Amino acid sequence: MARILSLAEAVAENVKDGDTVAMEGFTHLIPYAAGHEVIRQGRKDLFLVRMTPDILYDQLIGVGAARGMKFSWGGNPGVGSLHRFRDAVENQWPRPLEIEEHSHAAMANAYEAGAANLPFAMLRGYIGADLPKVNPNIKSITCPFTGEVLAAVPAIRPDVTIIHAQRADRKGNVLLEGIVGVQKEAVLAARRSIVTVEEIVDELNPPSPNSVVLPTWAVTAVVHVPGGAFPSYAHGYYPRSNAFYIAWDEIARDRETFNAWIKENVLDAKPEDFARHAAKSAKAA
Amino acid sequence: MTDFTPTEMMTIAASRELSNDDVCFVGIGAPSAACNIARLTHAPDITLIYESGTVGTKPDVLPLSIGDGELCDTALFTVSVPEMFRYWLQGGRITTGFLGGAQIDRFANLNTTVVGPYDHPKVRLPGGGGAPEIASNCGRIFITMALSKRGFVEKLPFITSMGHGEGGDHRERLGMKTQGPTRVITDLCILEPDPETKELTVVSIHHGVTREEIVENCGWAIKFADTVIETPVPTETELSVLRDINARTKRAHQGTDKEAA
Repeated sequence: MARILSLAEAVAENVKDGDTVAMEGFTHLIPYAAGHEVIRQGRKDLFLVRMTPDILYDQLIGVGAARGMKFSWGGNPGVGSLHRFRDAVENQWPRPLEIEEHSHAAMANAYEAGAANLPFAMLRGYIGADLPKVNPNIKSITCPFTGEVLAAVPAIRPDVTIIHAQRADRKGNVLLEGIVGVQKEAVLAARRSIVTVEEIVDELNPPSPNSVVLPTWAVTAVVHVPGGAFPSYAHGYYPRSNAFYIAWDEIARDRETFNAWIKENVLDAKPEDFARHAAKSAKAA
Repeated sequence: MTDFTPTEMMTIAASRELSNDDVCFVGIGAPSAACNIARLTHAPDITLIYESGTVGTKPDVLPLSIGDGELCDTALFTVSVPEMFRYWLQGGRITTGFLGGAQIDRFANLNTTVVGPYDHPKVRLPGGGGAPEIASNCGRIFITMALSKRGFVEKLPFITSMGHGEGGDHRERLGMKTQGPTRVITDLCILEPDPETKELTVVSIHHGVTREEIVENCGWAIKFADTVIETPVPTETELSVLRDINARTKRAHQGTDKEAA
């Protein structure tokens, strides 16, 4: 059964130095507040997993919390580069970053294989592409029935997966809506999981029998953090701050401005500070 | 209309490649603009799919990211990312993939991964995302990117997604049954692979552009087809639809919400 905890407790209990950590959310519902708590608690040597590293992993890489990263698209969507990620790969600042690079299709399949408790995933992928030449974790397998050669990648099995969702009930059952990405697979593939939510309600009332629900017995910790996905968004609660994504380009381009931003907005901030992003939008709506 | 920019011409020329019957996997940026202009002009029933899982989406403003809420709000339905890549893309349900890229070679292979050696890159680019499997699993591929010596190169440092590989029947030899890139739409001209060699060849030149400009802006010795036509200039409708959506998009993305997270 999931325990309903504070963010500090949930991260302290479930994220350890050296862990393989997946923070998922495909543009939508990215667990920013939880990621910031990981930075505040000074976790180090993490191996980060995420399809689209986005600004959150730019921040974790920039503060030196990561020893490596497995990913499939490392940019600021629609804006350009992740400058902290580039600085780590191109100049080893603030520390070298080991990378394991895949395609989206392979990552999605690898999460699904993890959720299905399989050792690897296969796909008709990487044909004619160079990634298999530089990533030894991309191999091939021959279909025993047809002889077709398919790509194979190891299942993703994080020590801990962290996601953000719209709401949970008091028992810790979680509901996700909108662009649901790979969050269900990422939680089910992991040993432990933390879900931050916009609201904790008495009755979950899933809108459809086919809604995406993670039952309390499949989740480790649930944390109430309204606004916790900002500057990404929570469908039905507040929109994506495209303006912040654009502004991040300048903030992250320079090491000094990045460090100053982290101090002011992460190290000297609290999870409750995220609530204003949710509240402001609710007022506007 | 003759009062238009090369980028507007590129987007509009790219939009004309699409029809109502297309089920199109849309890349972000220039492809997204072209696909939505098609939907708002001559192809209102086109199915646009973004890799975030949104199917049959009809955004009012162009998304900044591949997963903006606008895409989900206006979609016929939204699936998980594994379902998107497994059932819909790998399942062979997508007729057309529309991609951009940082670099392309004469056989329409694309690089969005690195400039320089992979282990010690001069420039680390975002990477492939969905492109490697979009390029192999969609029925055919359109590519749109501005023509420049930096972008259209003799040799790619890294092949992120395969177009026609080494040319000729390379795709078939690797077991691919899809067509691969069939059109490349730039801001100066439109290219098509030669039917035999698969080398990209100029088939249409935009109004006011000279052959010399095209040669000067391409990193390889570019060839021209025997018959080269002039790309029809944008219509007033095409231009006003494009300018309107760009203006709406700019207003929507700038917003006022620049405060820190």
